[in-house]
This record gives sequence, C-alpha cells and structure tokens, in this order.
Amino acid sequence: MMVQKLVVIGAGMASGRVLEHLFEDMPGAYDVTLFGAEPRGNYNRIMLSPVLSGEKTYEDIVTHDAGWYAAHHVTCRFGETITKIDRARKVVISAKAETPYDKLLIATGSAPFMIPIAGRDLPGVMPYRDLDDTNAMVAAASRPGARAVVIGGGLLGLEAAAGLRLRGMEVVVLHLMGHLMERQLDPAAGYLLQKDLERRGIKVHCKAQTKAILGNGHVEAVLLDDGTIYDADIVVMAVGIRPETRIATDAHLEVERGIVVSDQMVTSDPDILAVGECVQHNGQLFGLVAPLYDMAKVAAKTLTAEAAAFRPQQTSTKLKVTGVDLFSAGDFAEGDGREEIVFRDPSRGVYKRLVLQDNRLIGAVIYGDTADGNWFFGLIKDQTNIADMRETLIFGPSYQGGASTDPMAAVAALPPEAEICGCNGVCKGKITEAIAGGAITLDAVRAKTKASSSCGTCTGLVEQVLAVTLGDAYAASTVKPMCPCTDLAHEDVRRLIKTRALKSIPAVMQELGWKTSCGCHSCRPALNFYLLADWPLEYQDDRQSRFVNERNHANIQKDGTYSVVPRMWGGVTSARELRAIADAADKYDVPMVKVTGGQRIDLLGVKKEDLPAMWADLNAAGMVSGHAYSKGLRTVKTCVGTEFCRFGTQDSTGLGIKLEKLLWGSWTPHKVKLGVSGCPRNCAEATCKDVGVVCVDSGYEIGVAGAAGMEVKATELLAKVTTEAETIEIITAFIQLYRENARYLDRPWKWVAKVGLPWVQATVVEDSATRRALVERFDVSQSVYRKDPWTEHARPEERAAWAPLADLTLEAAE
Amino acid sequence: MTQAPSSWIDIGALSDIPLRGARVVRTQGGCIALFRTVGDQVFAIDDRCPHKGGPLSEGIVHGTRVTCPLHNLVLDLETGLALGEDAGSVATHPTRVEDGRIWLDAALLEKRSAA
Ligand SMILES: Cc1cc2nc3c(=O)[nH]c(=O)nc-3n(C[C@H](O)[C@H](O)[C@H](O)COP(=O)(O)OP(=O)(O)OC[C@H]3O[C@@H](n4cnc5c(N)ncnc54)[C@H](O)[C@@H]3O)c2cc1C
Ligand code: SF4
Ligand code: FES
Repeated sequence: MMVQKLVVIGAGMASGRVLEHLFEDMPGAYDVTLFGAEPRGNYNRIMLSPVLSGEKTYEDIVTHDAGWYAAHHVTCRFGETITKIDRARKVVISAKAETPYDKLLIATGSAPFMIPIAGRDLPGVMPYRDLDDTNAMVAAASRPGARAVVIGGGLLGLEAAAGLRLRGMEVVVLHLMGHLMERQLDPAAGYLLQKDLERRGIKVHCKAQTKAILGNGHVEAVLLDDGTIYDADIVVMAVGIRPETRIATDAHLEVERGIVVSDQMVTSDPDILAVGECVQHNGQLFGLVAPLYDMAKVAAKTLTAEAAAFRPQQTSTKLKVTGVDLFSAGDFAEGDGREEIVFRDPSRGVYKRLVLQDNRLIGAVIYGDTADGNWFFGLIKDQTNIADMRETLIFGPSYQGGASTDPMAAVAALPPEAEICGCNGVCKGKITEAIAGGAITLDAVRAKTKASSSCGTCTGLVEQVLAVTLGDAYAASTVKPMCPCTDLAHEDVRRLIKTRALKSIPAVMQELGWKTSCGCHSCRPALNFYLLADWPLEYQDDRQSRFVNERNHANIQKDGTYSVVPRMWGGVTSARELRAIADAADKYDVPMVKVTGGQRIDLLGVKKEDLPAMWADLNAAGMVSGHAYSKGLRTVKTCVGTEFCRFGTQDSTGLGIKLEKLLWGSWTPHKVKLGVSGCPRNCAEATCKDVGVVCVDSGYEIGVAGAAGMEVKATELLAKVTTEAETIEIITAFIQLYRENARYLDRPWKWVAKVGLPWVQATVVEDSATRRALVERFDVSQSVYRKDPWTEHARPEERAAWAPLADLTLEAAE
Repeated sequence: MTQAPSSWIDIGALSDIPLRGARVVRTQGGCIALFRTVGDQVFAIDDRCPHKGGPLSEGIVHGTRVTCPLHNLVLDLETGLALGEDAGSVATHPTRVEDGRIWLDAALLEKRSAA
C-alpha cells in the first residue's frame, strides 16, 4: 500500500489527540505534515491560566515535544500559517510553499472575538488564547504598579483577572451583564463569586458597556458608556470566541457558524476532515475539550477507514482560580418542564443549583463546596432516575445511603448535638429542651434559644424540629412569608437588610436563602424599594424590578396607552402651563383631558412611543413629572388660605407648595397624598389624607393616617405646633419613618395601626434628636431621588428605547 | 451552500432589550413581545395577554416567566401557557441569538398575514 499524505492545519489540542489515536490505531498509515501558526507544537492550552498566575511553567504544559514528533516521523511546520486550500489540485498553500495532500485535517480552533470599538488596535490590547498572549501579560505585570482591565466576566476573563492579580497587577473586570458568568450562574451565585474576587483585590464592574479604548501609541485607559474611565497598561479582551473558518470558507467548503462536519468528522469534501472548535456538528459549536477529544477519536477511525460516529456528550467545567470553587455541568438554562432545586448556605458561602427534567438531573452548578461535583456529573451523564432521592438529592451522595429520604425523618434522625442555627450556634438538643420547657411556637423557641433569630435561613429546620417533637400538637407558625420565594416575612427581610447591610437584590437573595433564582413580581418591587430606602447612596435603583407605571413614569390604562400628569405645585398653575398642556393635547391627539382629584390635569390615552417627546414639550414649559403613577409622593392639595380667603388663618397654599417641593420624587412604601387647609372648614379635605394639615389661628394641626379609598378614615392628630418650620420638620420625619419602617404596599394608616400612634409621636414629635436624624436621612435620600424622571427619559439618546424594537408591518405587506 | 431559511429576520441587537425586560416588534398581525431573561435567553410571544389583552411586554420578567402588568396573570415565556390557577395561552415565535443579534422566525406571521 502506498503511504498516503495527511496534512494537518493547526497544531492544537484537537489535532494533537487525533494524531495520538492515529499512531496508536495504525502506525505508519500516513505520512504526516503538521502546520501550526504558533511557533511551537501542541501544548495543554487549558493550563495557560496556571502559567499566567505563575503556578506552572510552559514546560509543564507541553503535550508533544520535539522527541514525540520525531518518533512518529511528523514533519513539523510550526510558525507557518496556511492561507489557502486548493481543493482541485489537492494542495495547501502558505507564504513559503505549496504542500500536496491525500487527506486533509482542519483543526484551526477558534479566534478570539475582539469588540469592534475605537482603540482596539492599540498596542497593549490583547486577547487571551495562546502562549504569546500569556507571555505578554506576564511581561506587563512585571512592571510595578501596572494596571490591567479585563473585558469579559466569563470563565476566561476571570481566569485572566485572577492570574494577573496574583502577579501583582491592579485588576478591573468589566462585564456587560448584570452579574458574572451569567451563562452558568444565577444573580445570587454571581454575587457570591463577585464577593470572592473582590476579597482577592479584583475590582468587578458589571453592566459595563465599553465605549472606547483610549491611548496615544499605547493603551492608557478604557472608557465606558456611563463616562467611567479606568486607567490601564494592558486591556485583555475575553468576550468570546468564534470558530476559525476562514480558509474553509475560501475553499467553498460548507460553512455555517463553523465548518459543517458529519458524524464521521468529514466536511463537505470527502477528503477533508475537521475537528475541534472550528467545526459545527448538528448545528452545535464546541468550546470545551471533552467533546473535542471524542471528535479526535472518531476522526482517527475515519482516517483508518473504520466505522465510528461522533455523539456530543454532556460537559462539565471548573473555574480554574485557586481558592474559588466553581463547578458546572450539563444544561442549566431554565425552561419548560424543568424544575430547579436551589440550596444556599450563606454562612459557608455555599450555593448549589440543580436542574431537573422528568426525574433526571440535567444540569448542576455548585459554588463553594464542589466536592460532590463529579457525583452530580455522573448522574447527569448516566441519566439516572432520581425520583427516590429527590428530596435530599441536593445534599449529595453522603446523604443517600439506605437512610430515609423523607426530610422530616431526616430531621428526626439528627442527633441532639447537630447544629440547627449556624449563626447562633444552637444545636437540636437545646431546641428540644426549650420545647420541653414550654416553648411550643417558633417565636417562643426563638426568644428562648436565639435559634433562627439572625439570618433566619434555619427557620424551616427549627419548625421541623418543633413539628417532629410536638407531633400534632404543633400548629405551624402563622408568619406570612413575603411571597413563595422565601419563608421570611416582609418585616424580617427589612430588618435583615439593615442589620446585615445587604445592598443589592442578589445579596438579599443569596444571604437570606431565596428559593428562586431571580424572585417574582411580588418580591422584586418590594426588595427594590427596601434597598433604595435603606441605602440611597449605594443602591442602584433596578428599573426592571418596578411595576410598569413606575418603570415607564406614566399610568398604564386598560388599552395599553398611558396617562400623563404634570406636577402642579400645591395645585397652582398658570396660563403658560395651561397653554403648554393644551398644545401637548393637540399635538399628540390626546383623547381625554381630565381634572384629577389631586388638583391637577390628566392627559389620558397617550401612546407609549409619544411619551418622551411629550415630556420634553412639558419640560420646556417648566413642568416636571407629577408622579401620579408612583408609590411615592403624589400631590399636596391646598386651599387658597390667607392669600385670598376671608376665613384663612395661615398661608395654606404657600405651605403646601413648600411641602411638595421638599417631598417630591421620594419613593415610599405606598402612595402618599397630602392636604393643607387654611382653616377648619377644610376645603382641601386634609383630614382624610395620609398627612393633612389644618391651619388654625394659633398654628398648625398635623394629622396623619387618614384614608379615603376602599377604607375611609379621618386622620389622627400627630402634633399641634406653632410654626411652619416645625410643621415641615415633623412631616418630613414622619414620612422618613414610614419609608424606613413600613412594609411595602402598606399605606400610612395601615402602618400606624400596626406600630401605634404613640410610638410614632414619641419618635418624631417628642424626641427632637431622632426627628432631626430622620430629616437628615431624608435629605440624603432626596439628594439622589429629587429629580425629574421625565427629563432623564426625554433625552434624545433615551428615546429609541420607548419605540418598538422593529416594525415589520411594512415588510410583511409586500 | 446552505442558506438561512428566508423566514428568519434580524430584529436588532440583544443589548437593545434590557436584562429581565422586553421590547416590542410591530407586525401586521399585532405586536410581538421579545423578552430577554436573566440568563440572556430571548423569547418571543404575542404581546396580548389572554385575559384582557394586557401588554405582556410591560410585565415584570422573572426566570422564564412574565407577569401581566394589568392583573398579574403569569405566563411561561417558552410555552406561552398561563401558569398556576389561570388558563389561557399566547402564541410563541422561535428566536435565536447569534453574535449579539436577535433573529425572529416570521414563518407564523407570514401564515397569519396570508390568511
Ligand atoms: C486560557 C484558556 C483556558 C481554557 N480552559 C479550559 C478548561 O478549563 N476546560 C476546557 O474544556 N477548555 C478550556 N479551554 C478551551 C480549550 O483550550 C479549547 O477548547 C481547545 O484548545 C480547542 O482545541 P482546538 O484544537 O480546536 O484549537 P486550538 O487548541 O486553539 O488549536 C488550534 C491551532 O490552530 C492554529 N491555527 C489556526 N489557523 C491556522 C492556519 N490557518 N494555519 C496554521 N495554523 C492555524 C492556531 O494557532 C492554534 O494553535 C480554555 C482555553 C483557554 C484559551
Ligand atoms: S379651608 Fe378655610 S381658609 Fe381654606 S379656603 Fe376653605 S374656608 Fe378658606
Ligand atoms: S390582561 Fe393580563 S392579567 Fe388581565
């Protein structure tokens, strides 16, 4: 038999494995010529990260050395890039020579994707793909005080960041998404990872839109869309890879996203095979080595004319950052018919998420305690039916054995020394003792033992201990959880946000053991409010966690149009404002213009895409949003008072305007309406408002907790004071206390009924130091939130987002 | 050699849709809502709640679900089916994301406008 010529393009991990199999299966079958663009042979690319961090050297990760190639008579052409395949003549072409083949193997891997932004060609901007990139990074890190910006917070970017940090660089990771490694992790786990990295001195900036790379002759800084600038000596781009298919496309092989191959790894040309990241099999691309090794096995068989077929397998990955344990396997996207089991142990920083479908485990993400990773991976690969161990699956293999799988029985089986409450170190024995001593409710156990009184994640366990110990005598607690995502009540969540300084939604969900990965429509708006009320300076308002009205700054109507209500301070307007409103009504075809109960004008039936332009017009006439849609300050209704009325005792209009100008823009647990009447005739109906002032000769009577909705209720007297300044201070303090304490969606009257008016009086009237502190905190919050949302969204660059993403009505008409 | 079927339409960039948010595509057969989940999946469903026609694109997106802004009906984005006690469903349209662009399969739309 004539020895055939096999030419291989690309000396990487996949082709290296093909050659190993080939030389083993049928030594001498081919005369092999190996081209590699890199000036070296095959090395273990996935171990570049330890080389970068200094934990390994290049020599440690070489797979095939010169001796190996010589032993197998491989003609090595390293440092020589193939630029063209001539299929008609069966030759490959490089800058140096033409080389004939009988069989050709393409294994060109992937090309890193470089974001097309200004400055990406500056020296110092690099991808992370091969040894040269790694060496360039190591060289840059050797300069003292050098700074690196890594763009991309996926596996590759984080490994680069960790390695550079270990080399002593200042490192910032810019990530486009809301949390790190969003493909593998939910926001809460992403938050854990971010905390871990920050502890190592890596700065993480999520939701970072890179605008440009700046520099004169060499990279100097990275500029973000929001104007943030990070100084940088190098910029590492790790935002993704693309199959390297150029020579295949030029040769008119079938190429979609990757080079299309059959189950036998043969391309559309029967003499050309392809393996590795450059291929596309059954519509799928590949980015991890395990499936590439399977491809290599098949390709070697095909080359030796043996039957074999490639079947992609499940894959697993580990983040290779020393000290950070992250493991993921299988398919962990949410989807139809899929269920997830989430386990969080905040005290140990452990997070596990399992994805199930039809009683099989199909995906797993584990953070912090990856010891069981391979066991889960085994269940995924073997498609084991897990119905019998479902309840305890998440606890791992050590929990399975022959023991009962009923969680109740598991609790019953726990020895007395088993720890139940990690925060307070309370064991099961202590709790059963307390129960024996008469503590038969959750609250009583909490009071006596402190169990579940800190982070609250063990509440369920404590209740199970109660149930097991008391049997039927135990009446399950009546604490109403905030929503099905948690067992904690609103009050608990508010308290824990404050005491444990939780400052983001993922932080709350992780630390308080949320059961879903991103909450629901009921908890998200509440958490968003609690966080912005407690941490006005640190927390970033999350627009996507708001109801439509607050997100769009207008009230949605039943037909999907919106109503627009400009603010009229204290119900006072002017000819100029009225004219602008009338003009807007004409210009945007407003079907109804209506006077509201809050002394202003409502423009109803506005189309969403018209909102920004209409706001801009109203802004131009000096008007701002009336927040007629918000859980926040709505209106301050006034009467004309001493200005015009013969009965007036004080300037009620002036006081109303002052209050409105002070309080507008603030977010509150539910809507807040004020009224100020100039005398007890009460023309402004102040005595059924959330806060109502009635002016009298001797001063001001401040009433609170009125209602005029489904419930009708007169205000209760909070205080009687003599000056306008005191009135304003007490009202501000009252509203801040309400903001800090009430549960979301409780109007002031509901909240006051719960906490009691005397406590409110003691806090905001009698205790002047507390009152002033409340006012100060309100002012801090207003420094952020007292701004007109219309102005912000009416900016030209914001407007596109209000219109449809695309309009297909024209195309479909043809 | 192979060509993408002509019914796939490039709608816009993934980044045009806010994370856990939605945007609307106007078509002859009514609006379609394109959702982007926290895991960066994109789903397209008719933008009309089966209850009383509420604009689903304005709902709060959680996991692969959306809650209608008008009366809190919860729909599964993948199947278009109402969840929980509620009944009803909306049509779904295939999508795919490639190189940061969103593609929508307009086959169903064409069928509709032809009808
Ligand atoms: C830093 C890093 C960490 C990684 N970590 C992991 C991990 O933990 N787990 C995991 O499973 N995977 C990991 N990967 C991915 C893994 O390395 C790849 O999946 C694998 O290397 C792909 O093998 P390949 O042979 O297809 O391509 P490559 O190994 O990239 O080899 C392709 C070779 O072809 C050469 N070439 C391209 N075009 C031409 C041409 N026209 N002429 C000549 N030569 C050419 C290239 O220079 C390259 O040397 C990691 C990758 C990197 C960069
Ligand atoms: S409340 Fe008194 S002051 Fe105000 S308008 Fe009525 S009568 Fe006049
Ligand atoms: S219209 Fe959607 S729930 Fe009523």
